[in-house]
Amino acid sequence: MRILLIEDDKETVRYLVKALAESGHTADSADDGEQGLALAREGLYDVLVVDRMLPERDGLSVVRALRAEGIRTPVLFLSALGEVDDRVKGLKAGGDDYLTKPFALSELLARIEALVRRSQPEESEPRFVVADLVLDRLSRRVTRGGQQIVLQPREFRLLEYLMKNAGQIVTRTMLLEKVWDYHFDPQTNVIDVHISRLRSKIDKGFDKPLLHTVRGAGYMIGEGG
Amino acid sequence: MGETRDTVAAKPAGWSRSLAAMASTRAFQQAAIFVAAALIAGGLVMWLLLGRTSDLVSGQAIETMMVEASGIADVAEAAGPAAAIDVVARRSKDATSRLYLLVSSKGTKLAGNLERWPDALPRADQRSGNRNSGGVFEYGSTVDKSRARSAAGIVRAISKDMTLLVGRDLSLQQEYAAQVRWLYLAGFGALALAGLAAGLIASRLAMRRIGEIVVTSDRIMAGDFTQRVPATSAGDELDRLAGNLNAMLDRIESLMAGLREVSDNIAHDLKTPLTRLRTRAEAALRDGDPAQARDGLGRVIEDADELIKTFNALLLIARLEAGPLEGSTETFELDELVRDVAELYEPVAEEAGMTLVCHADEPAIVHANRQLIGQAVANLIDNAIKYAPRSGSGDRHAGADITVDLAVAQREVSISVSDRGPGIPAADRERVLKRFVRLEASRTRPGTGLGLSLVAAVARLHGGRILLEDNAPGLRIVLALPRQDEKGRHD
Repeated sequence: MRILLIEDDKETVRYLVKALAESGHTADSADDGEQGLALAREGLYDVLVVDRMLPERDGLSVVRALRAEGIRTPVLFLSALGEVDDRVKGLKAGGDDYLTKPFALSELLARIEALVRRSQPEESEPRFVVADLVLDRLSRRVTRGGQQIVLQPREFRLLEYLMKNAGQIVTRTMLLEKVWDYHFDPQTNVIDVHISRLRSKIDKGFDKPLLHTVRGAGYMIGEGG
Repeated sequence: MGETRDTVAAKPAGWSRSLAAMASTRAFQQAAIFVAAALIAGGLVMWLLLGRTSDLVSGQAIETMMVEASGIADVAEAAGPAAAIDVVARRSKDATSRLYLLVSSKGTKLAGNLERWPDALPRADQRSGNRNSGGVFEYGSTVDKSRARSAAGIVRAISKDMTLLVGRDLSLQQEYAAQVRWLYLAGFGALALAGLAAGLIASRLAMRRIGEIVVTSDRIMAGDFTQRVPATSAGDELDRLAGNLNAMLDRIESLMAGLREVSDNIAHDLKTPLTRLRTRAEAALRDGDPAQARDGLGRVIEDADELIKTFNALLLIARLEAGPLEGSTETFELDELVRDVAELYEPVAEEAGMTLVCHADEPAIVHANRQLIGQAVANLIDNAIKYAPRSGSGDRHAGADITVDLAVAQREVSISVSDRGPGIPAADRERVLKRFVRLEASRTRPGTGLGLSLVAAVARLHGGRILLEDNAPGLRIVLALPRQDEKGRHD
């Protein structure tokens, strides 16, 4: 997919463009707000990654201008400002996600993927299927190989989010934000514990594990390892 | 020697300067204004009462004089001018303060104890008939010629060609008036002096107290933060001010102490992992085995992540302490949030071999920053799991290892997290709320040491408080938040 990176730090840009290319994306970059706005207006991009503090025109104002013109390209804010109210400001300006610097590359990649998928109209899909694991969103039933699995409501939502992003890495922070709606650091590896509980329910007793840990990145549900 | 001379020479200048300073205090200025007002009022009263000589003559005296003049006129009418002259002459003889003068139409004195007709009074006006005229006049006393005396009198035409002046000497009244004037002057003078003196004393007292405050603040500005403004037992407004200043200084001092402690702790908590990170990066760089080098680099990233976490927590606390976050509050169900967070940690507790139960059933709607409250509750539970490990006896009768409660009172909602761990000695409870304080001096256990101080900062930001109590055994930490009134929820 095509990604526009609006960021003024040349070192970061060089590194990200290279990393995005390695992950199979095409990335363009703009190093100030005006140039970024002009490129974004062309509407050729699947995702915009926008730094908050930019020369010429700050990131919030770039996104506000785009939204005012009806351009709905998903926006991921990157910012050194990571305080509670800054995130809210970013989302209010029309951003779809917010990532605080410094960040892990895997986190950025996972979030970019999730943003693109979110912009596609699959939200209404009634059920998710990964191999023989089926999650029915209407009846809130989960089965594997036809065998019903009883999940707690939170476990159901965790699995739902993972299956919605099947084949893609989701990070711990993303799970905390999307499944629990918490935007804070829980200090402990709480997510890992919940994942291992979920794993024991959906993978235990089946020869093919579906819920994978991606080292240094997060988790992924899928058939492949 | 030179110094002594300087001091002596400076003294008069210093005096006049301090007098000028005293005169410029509010206390003195107010006293001066009151004194001036009293003097003006007194002067006005005096002028109204005794300002003019005519004011000294009472209505009764005029009446008497008129009656007397009429009497003499009647005598003249009934018994002829000679009889009237005779009456006047007789009365003049034994008069002391009464004055008489009967003159002919040509101005010749016929009888009386006045030498000549006073200039101030009109000579009898024939046309005025029986009407009296009169006024205040001066006359040369028959007793003491050197002095002119004041008197009041009335003039009356008697028969066809005589004019009668009946008067009263006003010396007594004047004397009385002079005495009253003097009394007034003395009284008000004393009042003025006393008032100004009181003003000076008051301003001197105020100046001394303020001087003390100034001296203290000078010393503090010079860096001595142990100085405090001395308070008297008077309990007046300056004492209240001094009390407030001292409270402020206490806060500043504790902040300064906190800052010192924090920088010491930052040195440990940030420098240690930074050193470790640097060593690991260096080792990875020198490592000949690519697999091991990669592994080392992975650890470097983990170290960096830990550092970022600590740094973020520090920034967050600093941000919270700087004041309210704009537009980040929302109305939400606190009971649900508490249950959620407890549920989030429940498996973590279980992995640590502990039981966690949550009693948050009473609905509690609050208006607050949901993320921050969530973070605070998470920190409390996380701390309980980390620092209150199960004592090992496995005594399940004692109840859950960690209990999360929500209590809704009229004015506040309290979230409490109780554990059965070692607890915190009462003496240390205040200290653990500070940044980076961990009770073991070695600081070897994981954690940033910022958890509780973040909770305290969140409580402060929401106008709430945090209490550390004895759970006997264990620790109970209560996060109490004020309840929003109905009005506050709708904004």
